[in-house]
Amino acid sequence: MSLNSVGRPTRPVSDAPGAGFASLSGGRGLLQDEALIFERSSWTGTGVDLPEPEAGTEDLGGLVRAEPLRLPGLSEPETVRHYVRLSQKNHAIDLALYPLGSCTMKHNPRLNEKLARLPGFADLHPLAPVSAVQGALALMDRLAHWLKTLTGMPAVALSPKAGAHGELCGLLAIRAAHAAHGQTQRRLVLTPTSAHGTNPATAAFVGYDVMEIGQTADGRVDLADLAAKLTDEVAAIMVTNPNTCGLFERDILEISRLTHAAGAYFYCDGANFNAIVGRVRPGDLGVDAMHINLHKTFSTPHGGGGPGSGPVVLSEALAPFAPTPWVVHGEDGFRLAEETEAEAAQAFGRMTAFHGQMGMFVRAYAYMLSHGADGLRQAAEDAVLNANYIKARLSGVMSAAFPDGPCMHEALFDDRWLEGTGVTTLDFAKAMIDEGFHPMTMYFPLVVHGAMLIEPTESESLAELDRFCDALLGLAGAALAGDVDRFTSAPHLAPLRRLDETLAARKPRLTWRPAEPGVAPAPLAAE
Amino acid sequence: MRYLPLDAADRRHMLGVIGAASADDLFADVPLPARLSAPVDLPRHAGEIEVERELSALAALNRPAGAGPFFCGAGAYRHQVPATVDHLIQRSEFLTSYTPYQPEIAQGTLQVLFEFQTQVAALLGMEVANASLYDGSTACAEAVMMSRRVTRRRKAVLSGGLHPHYAAVTATIATAEGMEIARRPAAVDAEADVLAAIDSETACVVVQTPNVFGTVTDVTAIAAAAHAAGALLVVVTTEVVALGLLKPPGEMGADIAVAEGQSLGVGLNFGGPYVGLFACREKFVRQMPGRLCGETVDAEGRRGFVLTLSTREQHIRREKATSNICTNSGLCALAFSIHMTLLGGTGLRRLAEVNHGRARTLAKALGAVPGIEVLTPRFFNEVAVRVPGSAASLVEALAGEGILAGVPVSRLDPSAGLDDVLLLAATETTTAADIDSLVVALSRRTRG
Repeated sequence: MSLNSVGRPTRPVSDAPGAGFASLSGGRGLLQDEALIFERSSWTGTGVDLPEPEAGTEDLGGLVRAEPLRLPGLSEPETVRHYVRLSQKNHAIDLALYPLGSCTMKHNPRLNEKLARLPGFADLHPLAPVSAVQGALALMDRLAHWLKTLTGMPAVALSPKAGAHGELCGLLAIRAAHAAHGQTQRRLVLTPTSAHGTNPATAAFVGYDVMEIGQTADGRVDLADLAAKLTDEVAAIMVTNPNTCGLFERDILEISRLTHAAGAYFYCDGANFNAIVGRVRPGDLGVDAMHINLHKTFSTPHGGGGPGSGPVVLSEALAPFAPTPWVVHGEDGFRLAEETEAEAAQAFGRMTAFHGQMGMFVRAYAYMLSHGADGLRQAAEDAVLNANYIKARLSGVMSAAFPDGPCMHEALFDDRWLEGTGVTTLDFAKAMIDEGFHPMTMYFPLVVHGAMLIEPTESESLAELDRFCDALLGLAGAALAGDVDRFTSAPHLAPLRRLDETLAARKPRLTWRPAEPGVAPAPLAAE
Repeated sequence: MRYLPLDAADRRHMLGVIGAASADDLFADVPLPARLSAPVDLPRHAGEIEVERELSALAALNRPAGAGPFFCGAGAYRHQVPATVDHLIQRSEFLTSYTPYQPEIAQGTLQVLFEFQTQVAALLGMEVANASLYDGSTACAEAVMMSRRVTRRRKAVLSGGLHPHYAAVTATIATAEGMEIARRPAAVDAEADVLAAIDSETACVVVQTPNVFGTVTDVTAIAAAAHAAGALLVVVTTEVVALGLLKPPGEMGADIAVAEGQSLGVGLNFGGPYVGLFACREKFVRQMPGRLCGETVDAEGRRGFVLTLSTREQHIRREKATSNICTNSGLCALAFSIHMTLLGGTGLRRLAEVNHGRARTLAKALGAVPGIEVLTPRFFNEVAVRVPGSAASLVEALAGEGILAGVPVSRLDPSAGLDDVLLLAATETTTAADIDSLVVALSRRTRG
């Protein structure tokens, strides 16, 4: 054994225990087990120092809580440790390629974070007088200019809070337009089977009946089926382009022509705009409304599930019906049109209490300025190049759902290649976790059996793409060689093994409650 | 271009592997007339220095809340957010992760959501809460639509004390879904007025406390009336700090409680992103909108958390979903939860007491200004006052002196006929000197 001068071993001992080793505490080295905050003793503590309150509560009209609010308060060091420990149980784009198709997990620049925190943006009240918010309104105006220029559309509603909220905004504008033209018999929305779940959900929400459009063998909208279904009862079609199979709709100009000829509007789900930004303008494709996920195309962070931001660009036909508020160039600078009167008399209403996701506007605008017109175009090109590279490298072993021709920003595989191996798409995805990658989107789109949708984005280096492809090819080889256990019991190396989702749904336990005061409830037990 | 790792040699190599001659070949499916041959007419890429310069210049044109005496509220409140909160939410693993669809590698986010749901339920005095919605106003609209699913009725009665923008959002979204909205006239003490509008067609009654004029109300009798008619009571709170001190909605008979959570952890952000809190009685849980996190076990029997009851959601149910919502407001929910964890029940109570104390001082000082009348009878940290003449003009004039004196009601609801009513809030960030400056400036103006 090698020892230094005070007797400390300087090389590992060769017979160190390996697999099957368990710690005495049940912990896993530096990966800490972390109890819920409710399972600590500090129910009456606090980690915030506040001034002595002025006496008296008589202005509350006797409405004071009978029982004090019972929630634990932790000191600052305990709080920091709690959340840092929890954070280490998460995967993140900052850690490795995050190939969730349709979700666009690209790099989130930290300059954007810094600028969104400038007090002039972060500490600004939404209802401060307009003279006090001229810079904020100017930023919204400039963001709108970039979005309109990049999409070739004449108007944009900035206020929707996320993609699905944007879809709702777009359909409400369409409904208002039809109502204004006396076209109230239009009760149908057509959408492909491959659509995001939010499309039919939003259409139904607005009171439309949803009818599905068929798909051709090469993964595109079936024009003949569309033409047959485009009656005077159709209010709109909702088509994603590039579509959820990662393919550009070749017949897009014909799709919009047929739609308009039938008196319907073309709602484009803009979730995949990142594939074509700077290369194709949706306005040139005949789109009437399209939401733009600023958290996808324009890099604002996903934050573990929001906040997103979903501005909607609108055609001339729909622009008059945009929701309030919007920024207006006045005589003494900018102001806001906030009420559905006078200049906004045709506005269909209001989507949210204030003006939209300003924090995301700042980040997205900083991203646009950083890339510029040339960089955004290059980013789209690299996103498409990366996806095609993955498709080319994996296609020898895995079955591409649509092998002919290039894909756009995502590569779609099905599970034909796994037939007879005993390994499912879910198993394969979970095994990717053991290799250090987040699984791809699985079982979506619904039109492909056992779908695996891989979106690398432009943020990946060639070395990371190769590392990813090598890992997947290694796994594919193992699956085809009959190493089934590696998959069916995966993941083995994650903070937890596979979770029992059925148990969670059958016995919903959605909040922590003590079994009796001060006593933790018994853990759920699998049946 | 600092965000793009590929260089020309990489791109050539990759095109070779793909078997394409150029990147343009990869866009072959785009119809020729729709292809742009050159970048659009916008500036070229820029370095950090240039970008920071442009955005800093824009930020400098704004007057942030911290720049001087500040009294704006009306649904967005300025509070001191501990530095720890903003540091922790910028951890890569929280900031740059997606919705926790793969629970084995998202336990951090999921445990936070479970703790968040527990905190929100306790705060609102309800049995269950979801993992957040976009903001308070959309949460209000979702509550109204949920009441239709529960009662199978179509009419919603909105109190005149409900924030006018919440009423507008609810009317926009819920009428699109086929509901009928009956909004009662705006008044400082409007809540009891809903009683007369409740009938056998009513799905829900929506009341806000503290309401948009700052008035706090015991809604127990309204709950009883709603329940007697087979309707639900939805209680809205736009200032959650109030719940540190006030009786929570659940104790007053609310069936659904929604709130804007912006006051804790999130900040003003010129109106967004914020975080909508949504809680209800357990028996309605399968009609709830939005994401839910639940406890379960893993294959080795260890406790873990997953998104659950997703058969309510759009990605499974498509056109039959309870809501079209896909995302929640995850990072803002995290910020809320961290701030709440730092405060604890004890700290929130104290924070609420400090807020109420500052507001009492403010109300007393305003009441002593000749020509100004305090209208709000019972308040937490915000009051409505009647001023001589136009409140909007007064606010603009005081802004010229560096004082952001509050929100004129005409800004929220121009047709209410309350052009001389001004809303002013005080929080722990308001100093005695701020109140003095306001009073001096107001006295000069109101004396004419």
